[in-house]
Amino acid sequence: MPDGVQLSRRTLLKASAVAGGGFALAATFPMAGRATAVSGPADLNAFITIRPDNTITIVGKNPEIGQGIKTMLPMLIAEELDADWDSVSVKQGMTDAAKYGPQLAGGSFATPMNWMPMRQAGAAARAMLIAAAAQRWGVDAASLATEPGRVVQPGSSRSATFGELASDAAMMDVPDPASLKLKDQADFRIIGRAIGGVDSPKIVRGEPIFGVDTQLDGMVYAAFERSPVFGATLKSADLAAAKAQAGVIDAFKVAANPQASLVEGVAVIASNWWLANKARASLSPQWDNGEWETHSTKAYAQAAKDAWASGKSDEVFAEKGDIDATFAEADRVLEAEYSYPFLAHVAMEPMNCTALMHEDGTMEMWAPSQTPQGGQQAVAGYLGVEPSQVKVHITRMGGGFGRRLNNDYMVQVAAIAKEMPGTPVQLIWSREDDLRSDFYRPAGWHKMRAAVNADGKLTGWADHFVTFDLGDGAFNPAAMDATEFPAKYVDNLKFEQTKMATAVPMGALRAPRSNALSFVMQSFLDEVAHATGKDLPTLMLELTDGVEAEPETQGFVGPQPGFSAPRLQAVTRKVMQMAKWGQPVADGHALGFGFYYSHMGYFAEVVEASLDARGNPVVHNVWTAGDVGSQIINPFGALNQVEGSIIDGIGQAIQLAVEIEGGAAKQSNFHNYPLPRMPMTPKIHVEWVLSDNAPTGLGEPALPPVIPALTNALFALTGKRVRSLPIDPQVFA
Amino acid sequence: MAHRVTINGETREIDAPGDMPLLWALRNELGMVGTKFGCGIGMCGACTVHVDGQATRSCSMPLSAVADKQVSTVEALEQTPVGQALQRAWLDGDVMQCGYCQAGQLMNATALLTNNPNPSDGEIDAAMQGNICRCACYKRIHAAIAKVARDEETANA
Repeated sequence: MPDGVQLSRRTLLKASAVAGGGFALAATFPMAGRATAVSGPADLNAFITIRPDNTITIVGKNPEIGQGIKTMLPMLIAEELDADWDSVSVKQGMTDAAKYGPQLAGGSFATPMNWMPMRQAGAAARAMLIAAAAQRWGVDAASLATEPGRVVQPGSSRSATFGELASDAAMMDVPDPASLKLKDQADFRIIGRAIGGVDSPKIVRGEPIFGVDTQLDGMVYAAFERSPVFGATLKSADLAAAKAQAGVIDAFKVAANPQASLVEGVAVIASNWWLANKARASLSPQWDNGEWETHSTKAYAQAAKDAWASGKSDEVFAEKGDIDATFAEADRVLEAEYSYPFLAHVAMEPMNCTALMHEDGTMEMWAPSQTPQGGQQAVAGYLGVEPSQVKVHITRMGGGFGRRLNNDYMVQVAAIAKEMPGTPVQLIWSREDDLRSDFYRPAGWHKMRAAVNADGKLTGWADHFVTFDLGDGAFNPAAMDATEFPAKYVDNLKFEQTKMATAVPMGALRAPRSNALSFVMQSFLDEVAHATGKDLPTLMLELTDGVEAEPETQGFVGPQPGFSAPRLQAVTRKVMQMAKWGQPVADGHALGFGFYYSHMGYFAEVVEASLDARGNPVVHNVWTAGDVGSQIINPFGALNQVEGSIIDGIGQAIQLAVEIEGGAAKQSNFHNYPLPRMPMTPKIHVEWVLSDNAPTGLGEPALPPVIPALTNALFALTGKRVRSLPIDPQVFA
Repeated sequence: MAHRVTINGETREIDAPGDMPLLWALRNELGMVGTKFGCGIGMCGACTVHVDGQATRSCSMPLSAVADKQVSTVEALEQTPVGQALQRAWLDGDVMQCGYCQAGQLMNATALLTNNPNPSDGEIDAAMQGNICRCACYKRIHAAIAKVARDEETANA
């Protein structure tokens, strides 16, 4: 089986004794193209620490947003160490690119990036414990084995706990990671076991572990007033009036810094956040809203219609065959206009960050960030100091969903804290701030065309995508790939796009691009299926019939398997079987299908839906078949991610939209951005299709297919096609 | 002015304006940060505490209105048998993802089972629909509450 990303030869392992006895293994996981050795003693940089009392501490290096990584990465280490999981405690690592390599909660990347390196680190520590036992007993290391938490010699009574061996193990040679034999899947004791989150006991007791729970001596609170209109500048504000309010310590202007995503506004500092936030009302700010005030979702939608009517686009980004001749000769031509709205992330813990500018000019931060290294660099860049001058503690986060990939709030609090050296400042955004200052999931408009020949075969596929010009960032959430399914499986293709200028900030929302494109592509393919007397899963199987898996490619995380039609086929067939596809369902109910491949995961889903008395969609059952490789590492966390993704997607389909009006977001809180609530929860049936591939992540890929599965079910039920999200019940009237 | 409030059995003096929500008195005046801020308008339930045993949104409850009342928070949840049973069920069922809303979920669920030890599925949905879980762990929250109710019924049978 291909194992995916390995511990690099530049990965440095270093062992040392721990003061008071024990063993510490430091591991350096270099960034691509960079290798910096751990400096100083290993115990201070310890990744794995084993103490004489048998307790084991493992560092969780990545930020925890609820995806379960603080539990899962240590499970991988503990497995190959052959630790007793009950003796393991997990410590959150600091932000340190040189030591840990990428520390990122995003892209469902952590599983493929760490599956082998974490196991190899654990196996190295195990080999050193075995070597220590071999030396102590004067026997061949090859005659020894491990049981959870101890080294044993099968066939003899020799046995020692890891704790007893730890101090000696620190003196052993550190093995070459490549020489280590890892466990066979059948021998896993921890991987594959349903293990609860390591922080969960603290959470149910209300212990302070989230970013916003940070408390420091002498800490003050900051609220930030900005214009709801994107791109606005501040003309004036009554700072004196704010300063006169109860509890207010200071109020001052903060200048914009577009490179650091810092907007212009006023910081209000008080002894209590509620007092700071309340004092904003007395600022009476005057804004210059500039050219962006006229921008609105309605205007963007009109511009899309105008672009389609003109027949002209900015750019053709995928083309093959002879698309014009194909449509001219087609037996049937289908045309449809699809659209989806801006969406917000609304993590339950509103954006916040705590910062302390020390008297020596260094900055210390407690940051709920999905990219703390990016935040560290952004703050260092803003302050004009080296990243090493910015110390960033990684806190647990009350959700991320992609919002905390942007570190604007880190720079904002740094801008405030630098004005008050020696005083810790906690910046908190209100829910209104959070909804109106997001990096939104981009809205998008697609004019789709499909050509079908006399044999009912899909011969042509075209899209004029109207989207936004977001520049050339590292990841563009408003872009579409030239390979977007079914591009590879039709002979004649044309993808073109028109890009609109905007000041609305946009970013990645869980399963970026995929969460929108799945709806458009799988819905329009469902239209093709119906037009040719088939159903969508049958069409998907036909389109990919006999197509072999593509060769390995070089992805963000390293070598990764190419797209595999057989894996698509396997999950499709599996979910058809699970949902009894094609068999009768309850009166007034119907089934719909959706497939999507994203973040290296293959998911096929079937939704059973009906309409309630007021014509609103109700989801009763969701069947899901997923292929994320050879092994589900933690079934507890894995299933939780899938269940959450499905409900998240249903909420987006049925009731969520951010509307831009007057250059600002109209939605402001949960009354007009109504997240799913408990009564909406359907029955969710999940099965894993294991395949011969290294495991990949689950934070995202289960979400995209549920949206078209729902809208396709509603078409099967009513004969009315949903082509715009969120679903407008008027479509079915 | 100073307000006298009994929190988790202990009487505290809080020197803050009477219109300050209980949530912000707890979090920033007393440093009791287990109770969470989610929306500030009583729409999400993250800030749920008990006031004289009733589930209450502390973001929308002025400090002046809780004088002479008994407030209890997630920090004291394990002192009640129902609260402790729910904490156990939450861990056994690995309910949470990010966990941020769970203090409010647990406080609301404790109030539900204290008032109605054997709720139907519909009653659980109705009682819990004021509490948003952005990670959407609803299936597990529901199951954990139902399990505690069932275990209680078995114990009393």
